[in-house]
Amino acid sequence: MSKREDDERGVSRRGALECMVWAGTGVLWTLSGGIPKSLGLLGDAEAAEATGFSFLQISDSHIGFNKPANPNALATLQEAIGKVGALSSPPAFMIHTGDITHLSKPDEFDNAAGVIGGVKLALHTVPGEHDFVDEVPGQQYLARYGKGTKGAGWYSFDDHGVHFVGLVNVVDLKAGGLGRLGADQLAWLADDLGGKSDSTPVVVFAHIPLWTIYADWGWGTDDGTEALKLLKRFGSVTVLNGHIHQIVQKVEGNMTFHTARSTAFPQPAPGTAPAPGPMTVPAEKLRTLLGITGVAVKVGERALAITDTALASA
Amino acid sequence: MMIGISGRSPSRVRRPAGVALAAVVAGFMATGAAAAADMSVKIANFTFDPPTLTVPAGITVIWTNDDDIPHVVAEKDGKFRSKALDTGDTFSRQFTVAGTVEYYCAIHPHMTGKIVVTP
Repeated sequence: MSKREDDERGVSRRGALECMVWAGTGVLWTLSGGIPKSLGLLGDAEAAEATGFSFLQISDSHIGFNKPANPNALATLQEAIGKVGALSSPPAFMIHTGDITHLSKPDEFDNAAGVIGGVKLALHTVPGEHDFVDEVPGQQYLARYGKGTKGAGWYSFDDHGVHFVGLVNVVDLKAGGLGRLGADQLAWLADDLGGKSDSTPVVVFAHIPLWTIYADWGWGTDDGTEALKLLKRFGSVTVLNGHIHQIVQKVEGNMTFHTARSTAFPQPAPGTAPAPGPMTVPAEKLRTLLGITGVAVKVGERALAITDTALASA
Repeated sequence: MMIGISGRSPSRVRRPAGVALAAVVAGFMATGAAAAADMSVKIANFTFDPPTLTVPAGITVIWTNDDDIPHVVAEKDGKFRSKALDTGDTFSRQFTVAGTVEYYCAIHPHMTGKIVVTP
């Protein structure tokens, strides 16, 4: 399919991000010395080259989903991965922010891994609630992605001077609530961040948004603010989520929040439909609402550059 | 490329036949009226419908998922929990003790419902 529109280039960052809301399939993130910026995935491969370090986010591949909103979620994941593989400047690694599968079935995990493994990139994942609905919740996910993680699969790592934290907010959810991190994970996070200097750029990724986007649809995390308090002292914090299958971004002080598109199906904007869930659009429109996200990190700048790229131009 | 939705195998509704029959017989003996049938809760648009269902003790409640997204029916404190219910799947449970049972969707916890069991 065609690449993102050229007219996205050269506009202000804010303008570009607004455009991307309509364009994205995935998000390419660039870290520019601390503050994230999102760049158009393919068109902005150059931007990643300029910064020297970028990584890629994909989300909500929902392998196993076969309803009218997208009868072949494996094919659109394949297209997204194809875009990643075509980047002239390969990202350092890829993160998947959950809902790898639709029903946590072994063959769904296997099919997803087969396609994602098509690009030779290190993969860091966090689970979505759809990855934890097997008979013993999380057994399949943790057998594949749980190595070296704590609890239900949370962990951190460092790359190019950036501290990355993968959090799990889809487990042990309480009636009437939203996403949840839980006391154990928050204690671990406090400890994990404890040794880091304020100037360390931090990227946090989790499935459900850590801030409340729309509580009526469960689009938030009950104790997300506890985590954000621990992150407040850092000069550059980027919070990357999935779950809502559309791009929503906000900047608050030194924190940038961004949600990625799904590679499987879109969901309605908050409050615009009776309920969240798969949104069926005309077949020719589907790929304009799916995408990937790139992030570029530039030494010496606070913001990371975030680029969302659709599978097809609108 | 556009593959139609494949046919689904019918869901299994677990209901001990003996227990159901006993309930039917007891119902006839006690009231002389027709035995109460199973009662159902529809899951649609991320809500339980009806949100509160009142049933006499001994009744089996059947939940059916009409959404394109799976849901998990779970008692608030973990006393029961269905498997992931894909579109069209059902979960059933018999309620024998009077009282109020609060439940929710374990993966969409803002979805809540109640079964009020009368003696």
